[in-house]
Amino acid sequence: MKVVMSIKNILSKVTSSDSGKAVTLDEHIIEIVSDSGEGAQKAGQSFGALCAKMNNGTWTVEIIPAEVKPPARSKAGASGIRIRIGSKAVTNMGDEANVVIAFNEQVLYGRIDQKAYKAGTILLLENKWATHIDPEIVSQYTQAVEEFRTMGMIVHEIPMEEECQKIVENPALGKNMWVLGLLCGIYDRDMSIAEAQIKHTFSKKSANVIEKNINLLNAGRQYAVTHLDFQYNIPPGSDTSPKVVMNGNEAIGMGTIAAGIEVCSMYPITPATSASHYLAEFFESAGGLVHQAEDEIAAIGFAIGASYAGKTAITITSGPGMALKTEFLGLAVMAEVPLVIVDVQRGGPSTGLPTKVEQSDLLYALYGQPGDAPKIVMAASTIEECFHFVIVARQLAEAFRMPVILLTDANLATGVQPFPRPEFNPDWVAPPVDQSPWNPEVRPYQWDPGTGLSPRPIPGQKNGMYTLTGLAHDSNSKVAYDAAINQVSSDNRSRKIATFRSSLKPPVVMGNDEGDLLIVGWGSTRGAIEEAVGKVQKMGGRVSSIHLRFLSPIEPGLPELFKRFKKIMTVENNYGDKLDGSIITSENRRYSQLAWYLRAQTLTDVDFYSNVHGQPIRPGSIVNLIKQELGIS
Amino acid sequence: MFGLSEDCILEVPEEYYTLKDYEGNVPRWCPGCGDNTVLTVIQRLCRDRQLPPEKTVFVSGIGCSSRFPHYMKTYGFHGLHGRAFPVAEGIKFRRPDLHVFVATGDGDCCSIGAGHWVHAVRYNMDLTVMLLDNEIYGLTKKQTSPTSRIGTKSNTHPKGSILPAINPLTTTLGISNVSFVAQTADWNPPHMYATLMAAHEHKGFSFVRILQRCPHFNADAFETLAHDADASLLLRHQKGIQMDAALEKRYPNILEHDPSDLNKAREVAGREDKIPLGLLYQNTSNACYNDYGAHNMGFTIEQKKEALNRQLDRYAV
Ligand SMILES: Cc1ncc(C[n+]2csc(CCOP(=O)(O)OP(=O)(O)O)c2C)c(N)n1
Ligand code: SF4
Repeated sequence: MKVVMSIKNILSKVTSSDSGKAVTLDEHIIEIVSDSGEGAQKAGQSFGALCAKMNNGTWTVEIIPAEVKPPARSKAGASGIRIRIGSKAVTNMGDEANVVIAFNEQVLYGRIDQKAYKAGTILLLENKWATHIDPEIVSQYTQAVEEFRTMGMIVHEIPMEEECQKIVENPALGKNMWVLGLLCGIYDRDMSIAEAQIKHTFSKKSANVIEKNINLLNAGRQYAVTHLDFQYNIPPGSDTSPKVVMNGNEAIGMGTIAAGIEVCSMYPITPATSASHYLAEFFESAGGLVHQAEDEIAAIGFAIGASYAGKTAITITSGPGMALKTEFLGLAVMAEVPLVIVDVQRGGPSTGLPTKVEQSDLLYALYGQPGDAPKIVMAASTIEECFHFVIVARQLAEAFRMPVILLTDANLATGVQPFPRPEFNPDWVAPPVDQSPWNPEVRPYQWDPGTGLSPRPIPGQKNGMYTLTGLAHDSNSKVAYDAAINQVSSDNRSRKIATFRSSLKPPVVMGNDEGDLLIVGWGSTRGAIEEAVGKVQKMGGRVSSIHLRFLSPIEPGLPELFKRFKKIMTVENNYGDKLDGSIITSENRRYSQLAWYLRAQTLTDVDFYSNVHGQPIRPGSIVNLIKQELGIS
Repeated sequence: MFGLSEDCILEVPEEYYTLKDYEGNVPRWCPGCGDNTVLTVIQRLCRDRQLPPEKTVFVSGIGCSSRFPHYMKTYGFHGLHGRAFPVAEGIKFRRPDLHVFVATGDGDCCSIGAGHWVHAVRYNMDLTVMLLDNEIYGLTKKQTSPTSRIGTKSNTHPKGSILPAINPLTTTLGISNVSFVAQTADWNPPHMYATLMAAHEHKGFSFVRILQRCPHFNADAFETLAHDADASLLLRHQKGIQMDAALEKRYPNILEHDPSDLNKAREVAGREDKIPLGLLYQNTSNACYNDYGAHNMGFTIEQKKEALNRQLDRYAV
């Protein structure tokens, strides 16, 4: 039987006389933190992939400094990775870490500020600084070790580079694989899978490099087994169905391939860029091409041109880039050009927090264009959805002849999680454009009065000639000199949203469909919300949750559902005023984005919990929130 | 087109397009607007080349000149102010079978769209670009344009424009990968026809500045040039624009200019004493970006499935 233990219990176990015997746990959170460029992420990704391959639930998330090369050994410099592994599926990065490996002590201060650790967290710290020639560094190091111990952390000082030097001349290159080995020892990993992982990671390198890294791996493991007095066992899950493991941006890129899209035009922007990096490497072999445009405006214009000409196109961006695309987005709505736009949201207005998590583009996606510009807006809540939603977005864009915005965020973009291997379905792929002659009786915007839908002629089709225009136009695409036509065409464009909505099912409620509190989420907070809600439900709390995938149109059934709960509350990673009883009152309070939108749509008093700390919301803080709302202590 | 083949069999095309087949909506330009002439010339060109209307796309931005696509009975894309180039590139990228023309204005191309213009030259896609340059903003009713000459009075500069004008020819000639640059004028339709024909036949980004009269808001701009042949400099060369000998005679100033000489082209384009008309520069050896876009087209569903499965294998656990 699996036992959940508090850190105290674990400690008493590891320090007890039968040390060396592995402690069995449900899950653990590990961090590797270093200066940027020291390979911590590579080690962590390999460890995450290895755990996934051993059938453990896995979620890895990168720890990224704001600058490309921040000063070494600095608080702002923390660069690394968090890996949460479990016996069951893991859906978010979790709360405080259990085990931390650090290449220097200074980078840990930033993580401590972000409350990434707690009393009982085990720190495995590179100890070369203790004998550094610079006395200042030595004193920083000794002071930090002391401070960490006062905070209740368990510090193990480890001669990482010294050990690596026994195998390679330059320990700076390769220490990360030694650390991977150390983790393999602590968590008793399958070394044949670990070796295969190294071969995969260094597949472009020489046999000699691979061999050295495998030696480092084994040495790291040996060190853990012989020198550390603790070992953990996180049993694998029982589901052995085929899986794939990747991050959200790779999933977006792979979804683009799966959707049969043929053009991706983009302009680099963090955190969206890596999706196009992935595509740049593999899209050609799937019949697609990446176009790096001169700016975001050109990127979306290029995609719209390709789509107008009958090729399926996607453009991938983030906040500031999204802002630049606005005018063209309105044109795509007006002229009814299918298009998939992925917005990998980042923090802040303006250039804000490029590498940090936020979900602040919801209202912008819904309403960010001049005039009335109805479009489909959807949000992925897992890595798996990043893959499948690109396919869905492509299908919807074409069926409804409108742009579809797919929202993801930095949390999904860099989070790595295994999910069931998708089974190819020919319907995913856009069929080649029909070039047979157009029936000249059919107008280019022959709106069906019931659905607002119209067929679409493509250049090359005889008799279909029309001029697309962003000006108000009639069903013949003729410029509307009679402004009243604008009402008719606007009605039709809006009607498509209602038509699509009629095919949607109400969201699935996690828990009872009545109770004291209903938590509503959207996007990447899903894993944390559901974990927290599940925990409180087990304590007997009358709390449930729903997670919205479609924001425009809004999913049906919400007003009725909301009536069955005493209180409705959203949990989101965006800004909302906290009531302070003086300046911020219930009358002037600015609501977080989904709360604002739900209040308007459902005429229900929806409260919210939100923040813009740049960090994903943790399950622990949601548990605390729910307990407070329900009066559970 | 019609004609006798070598074995004396009369070749009759399945379908023959007449001028009517290219006529779209009735133009709503002011009487005397130079845009009307360009439209007529283009319709003739399409007819003479027998461009299938369904295979021809006119792309524009916003402005009087950008209404162009509406007046053609081909496919058209009347998009956003300054943004015709990216759209045209997106169309041509993976549809090399289409004949793509761009109609843009001086405000459209050289002001709000200047960023795209620079890159459009660099991409060198097989597009025929007509810059309808009236040295003023027409549609928004007489504001200064980046090509307005110093002293041009407008609603935004009632005392006269104070900044030097952008010269679209020297600018384009200064961008790397430049491929085809010519200048013609709305008051000389035969020259315009020959120039646009050469541009259309050129494989690559062909940029034609058309001096376009806007009698409504900038009537003075080309007054002298249109009525005094002495103010122009006709460029002539065997590799250049071929003109009727009678017409050529009307121009007292003729310069033998080899369009393969880029430095010379820049020099001639920058002349202010006499305004050059003709082909300034042509280079047929630059690669076209749309050829790159065409190289992996038409994957079957089966091929796409295989490609996806290869990717999924790479990420399998
Ligand atoms: C983003 C944006 N800014 C401004 C305008 C207003 N606008 C329409 S046409 C135009 C200028 C057109 O001038 P030009 O390109 O020289 O064309 P012309 O009308 O002279 O042919 C402007 C400023 C617009 N439509 N969109
Ligand atoms: S305003 Fe000038 S450019 Fe516009 S249609 Fe009239 S004459 Fe032509």
